[in-house]
Amino acid sequence: MSTQRQTSAQRVVVDPIACTGHGMCAELFPEWIGLDDWGYPIVQDGDLPDGLRRHAERAVKACPALALKLQRR
Amino acid sequence: MSYRLLAGLPAPTAISLAEHIELHGDVPLPSRTDRSAYIAEVERAGLRGRGGAGFPTSVKLAAVAERRRPMVVVNGVESEPMSSKDRVLLELVPHLVLDGAIVAARISGSRDCVIAAPAVTHPGLRRAIAERRELRKGHLQLKLAATAPGYVAGEETALLSHLEGRGPLPRLTPPRPAERGLRGRPTLVQNVETLAQLALIARHGADWFRSEGSGSRPGTTLVTISGAVQRPGVYEVPTGIPLPLLLSHAGGQSEPTRALLVGGYFGAWVDGTGEGLTLDDDSLRTAGAAGGAGIVVALGQSSCPVAETARLAAWLAVQSARQCGPCVHGLQALADLLIRVASGRAVTGDRQRLDRWTAMIRGRGACAHPDGATRMIASAARVFDRELADHARQGPCSSCQGIPILSTPSTRTAMAA
Amino acid sequence: MALWYSTRATGALSLVLLTASVVLGAVDVTRWSSPRAPRFVIDAIHRTTSLLVVAFVLVHVITAVLDSFAAIRLMDAVIPFASRYRPVWLGLGAVAFDLVLAIVATSLLRGRLGMRAWRAIHWLAYASWPVALVHGLGTGSDVRPGWMLWLSLVCIAAVAAAVLVRAASAAAPTRAFAGTAAALVVSGIGLLAWVPSGPLASGWSEKSGTPKKLLGGTSSARNSHAQQQRTTAPHRGASTR
Repeated sequence: MSTQRQTSAQRVVVDPIACTGHGMCAELFPEWIGLDDWGYPIVQDGDLPDGLRRHAERAVKACPALALKLQRR
Repeated sequence: MSYRLLAGLPAPTAISLAEHIELHGDVPLPSRTDRSAYIAEVERAGLRGRGGAGFPTSVKLAAVAERRRPMVVVNGVESEPMSSKDRVLLELVPHLVLDGAIVAARISGSRDCVIAAPAVTHPGLRRAIAERRELRKGHLQLKLAATAPGYVAGEETALLSHLEGRGPLPRLTPPRPAERGLRGRPTLVQNVETLAQLALIARHGADWFRSEGSGSRPGTTLVTISGAVQRPGVYEVPTGIPLPLLLSHAGGQSEPTRALLVGGYFGAWVDGTGEGLTLDDDSLRTAGAAGGAGIVVALGQSSCPVAETARLAAWLAVQSARQCGPCVHGLQALADLLIRVASGRAVTGDRQRLDRWTAMIRGRGACAHPDGATRMIASAARVFDRELADHARQGPCSSCQGIPILSTPSTRTAMAA
Repeated sequence: MALWYSTRATGALSLVLLTASVVLGAVDVTRWSSPRAPRFVIDAIHRTTSLLVVAFVLVHVITAVLDSFAAIRLMDAVIPFASRYRPVWLGLGAVAFDLVLAIVATSLLRGRLGMRAWRAIHWLAYASWPVALVHGLGTGSDVRPGWMLWLSLVCIAAVAAAVLVRAASAAAPTRAFAGTAAALVVSGIGLLAWVPSGPLASGWSEKSGTPKKLLGGTSSARNSHAQQQRTTAPHRGASTR
């Protein structure tokens, strides 16, 4: 798990094939992730602000399908 | 305009090797040192994929050429039901396709090539392959493979998955096939027509290629024209041709045209005969469409656009590979909505729902299937606004039960593992 | 005696916690949640109860080892069927514990293992629970006192219900449901056939390999209370309370 303090930008991405719509990511990280009408995540584009990284990492760890990832740009 | 790809046609049987050489000359065989020169020439020619995505061919070639143990996959799947151009090439001008495969293999440094084509084309292809000395010499191992049924089977990663025996399931990219493709090897996946064009560029050069056509995709292109036209068929036209002129190539409309479906089932509807629009990305984008694979279907006045769209949307929903939630649920929801509207059982808020859902599922699948389907549906909502409102209020119209124009073959859906 | 009571209590508690974990895991497919129990909370409860199972089983094992009344070694907790005291029934406990340890370890390392490997091991949860249950019924010398029996019945009912819910949501619900119900009925019949003539019968502890010297004969005050329950004839030992 990447916990080193990186200064390079990161994005949150969801693997749509692995995702089965559990929805925990949206519960734990509503600032960045919403759910569509069928319970699947809608993730914001763009660089993740440093202050939100902690929440993002928690959501990534919680995903039962290992579908949520933090990616360096 | 003189025919290039379709030179020598129409003909009752496939163009023979002798005829092929007479029409086009010998195929050039680039050596290793020629590679970058050829890639530069292809870049200058501006050749873009003719399979629908329109990706610059030179970029793909360059990406694969720099890697170890690359291979070529010829994509002859042609899963668009209203398209026949690849079939025409494979059956009637197989040597041009083989030329393209050989040239692409040499430029990219590939020793292996797989031609994925409908089984019915295999006997003819085998005969053509047997005639080619270059292939018998063993520099290039060429294999024929059958294609999988289903609409997404022609998507390049789905094709690779099928060739690996895992069923036609699209994969998430990156990594792209040029990086990791068939069984992990760098793979150049190219549409049949793109390779045929490549074969001609290799002979005649970029300037010759650009002498026809215009806009962002120069050269000629094959278009399958069907629907309410006098002479449906496959035509070779310069890119950038005005859409109404395209129809006159096919003998003109057989009845007044209500709309055109441009770019296949993941293209878009345009009003009437596409007055003011040309077969070019930039022009079509203004109407919410894209060039896509060269397919144009003319919907006549005697057909019902709402019934056609609803039926098509339902079919596209079933054709989903069923790997991604937004596609599986979203396309079904849209199809159900359109069927509701078509039969007069619309619910309040359906129009808003349609707009909301088409925007909601776009870009959220592993492949472009939901993007294409929503593009088609959104364009139908624009172009058939009046008919949709009429159906919502009054139910089916007299044309609803007419002969279907858009082919929606039942195929065994690709079931996700 | 305190050690023996602790072993018994932590054993029962472990079974309850394992039942809770298996139930939550099985019904996860229904994606149930409420405003006060969102999905991540239910998931956290599932993970926490599983970790607590490990913790309580460790206490269960340590108290059993320290309680020198029965010859149980630390390794008997993970190496099945090698103990001198009730090898079969204790061994089942070791099997269940091994399975739980494998499931917990792979879950903690899931990020590195990937979904496929993780899921393959995780299915063993459905094996760990019945093995733990039978271990409890077989080793525990006091099934006859009502509370352990009732506890077991409640746990069985909970898991049976959860598993049926899970089967009903499978890809082929009717077939899976029917198959699961049939399997449950068969195992239920098996249990019903075994328990009365097994743990509930008199002299059970004797038959399952308890060393003779631990049965009626020693006059050690420490053992007399426990002894009473093992060797007394049909009688729901209310005296344990």
